[in-house]
Amino acid sequence: MKIDKNTINKIARLSRIKLDDKESEDYIKDLNSILDWVEQLNEVNTENVEPLSNISSSILPKREDVSNDTNSSEEILENAPDKLEGFFAVPKVVE
Amino acid sequence: MSKSSLKQTLKDLNTKKISIRELNQDYLKRIKENENLNVFIHFSEDNVLKQIDNLENDNSTKKLKGIPIAIKDLFCTKSMPTTAASKILENFNPTYESFVTQKLLDEGSIFVGKTNLDEFAMGSATNTSFFGNTINPLSKEYEPLAPGGSSGGSAAAVAADLCLGATGTDTGGSIRQPASFCGVVGIKPTYGLCSRWGIAAFASSLDQAGIFSHNVEDASILLQSIAGFDQRDSTSAKVDVPNYFENLDDDLNGKTVGIPKEYSIDGIPMEISQIWEDAIKVLEKKGVKIKNISLPHTKYALPTYYIIAPAEASSNLARYDGVKYGFRSDEIDSLDEMYENTRAQGFGKEVKRRILIGTYVLSAGYYDAYYLKAQKVRKLIADDFNRAFKECDFIVTPTAPSAAFPLNEKQNDPIKMYLNDVFTVPASLAGLPGISIPFGKDKNNLPLGIQILGKHFDEQLVFNVAVSLERSYE
Repeated sequence: MKIDKNTINKIARLSRIKLDDKESEDYIKDLNSILDWVEQLNEVNTENVEPLSNISSSILPKREDVSNDTNSSEEILENAPDKLEGFFAVPKVVE
Repeated sequence: MSKSSLKQTLKDLNTKKISIRELNQDYLKRIKENENLNVFIHFSEDNVLKQIDNLENDNSTKKLKGIPIAIKDLFCTKSMPTTAASKILENFNPTYESFVTQKLLDEGSIFVGKTNLDEFAMGSATNTSFFGNTINPLSKEYEPLAPGGSSGGSAAAVAADLCLGATGTDTGGSIRQPASFCGVVGIKPTYGLCSRWGIAAFASSLDQAGIFSHNVEDASILLQSIAGFDQRDSTSAKVDVPNYFENLDDDLNGKTVGIPKEYSIDGIPMEISQIWEDAIKVLEKKGVKIKNISLPHTKYALPTYYIIAPAEASSNLARYDGVKYGFRSDEIDSLDEMYENTRAQGFGKEVKRRILIGTYVLSAGYYDAYYLKAQKVRKLIADDFNRAFKECDFIVTPTAPSAAFPLNEKQNDPIKMYLNDVFTVPASLAGLPGISIPFGKDKNNLPLGIQILGKHFDEQLVFNVAVSLERSYE
């Protein structure tokens, strides 16, 4: 078993998702079965194969290096759950 | 039910046989009659009436003036909220318009509403939405069927004739599979043809916008409208977009179709093998040469996809932290608590599953074994297609391994659910254009789909083959 209680807790922490005990158990089961299933990729010989990260066949064009003024801070803050004096507001982080 | 086509409607509007108001009131009526299908996450009659008012006072000529279009709720729209079918964005009102929807607005189309989808486009049945299932309009009363997914709301909106076309997005089959389930046309163009700017990101190396419509001609008109270069999407391709509709040509004489033997998989229903054979016979009669081809790494496409897509999703969805927009949990004693509770309460089960698996395969010590390995196999899959396209001009396969299945079936076993995408995922990994068209029915009279795949940016031939098969079937 690749994923145990410690591993799922570690991944959940990295993902910043709180899991309760029931959820942890379910995800341990799901993730192990998915990882067992993707193991079949090990059958494939990928020696000297370049990884494909960008499928785009065209050459990425450069854009003009000019400044522009699009969103105003007011617009950006419009959907904030909490804001204060032109800033996003979050719980206190420094004691 | 005979539905009017976009092409015909544009003629009727031009000759004043029908007014924009009359046309859209007809659609509004049907939308209200079909509320039980749960097609829309956001629908406002007032909003539609306002758009009609504005267009009536607009004397300019526009290509899609007055045409009712449904928008998958993954595209940011200024005039309507955008949720990605997630609680975490339930109160999000974009301050900008996506590239694709802006193009449709510029051409004068009317947005009838925002359609339901699997949460963040992660699913194949539109059953992971925070806003509930969409019901396939072709369901029998005693057995509600899934519309497919993730763009199930858009496919259902076209199938129930609630619009003349709809936008979708396709990462591993999210346009083609629901099109097949709902008996409509769905095209996913080449990766990079349509800008992804303003579309909530799922897996950025795979995501692509596309179109649902009643028929191939309509799809060719609408795809041309949403395609084009955009410097705000760094993967947007600088290519000339042809006039697909004007260039439609059902003469396929002398072309070669590739039939990949690896797509004959165990356990698919007889009827699906049958329509595949039927399609090949039709093409043969039209003078198309049949070439048996091999795409040897096909069986590895799904596991490759289910490493790459969750990995990219776990990174893309990191932005939903309860700070800048969307939902924030009330339990926020510290900043970390705020993140963890917001994401625990804001995301649904499937989205969390994919974030967790994606985080795992990218985490220290596992990156090479999973993510890098998958990217290498992806290269082999893309090379398979490149080799095949030296021997053939296009490829024909079934779209999905089944017809529409009952709602909630397959829900508990993620791998079984993932198998829905077995015929659509390989082309997604290779970035190729693909269309699904209705072609035949199963024993329960449910539609089945045929998929046509083309070379990069060869949407024209994909449309030509599709229109040729469609005309032979009518």
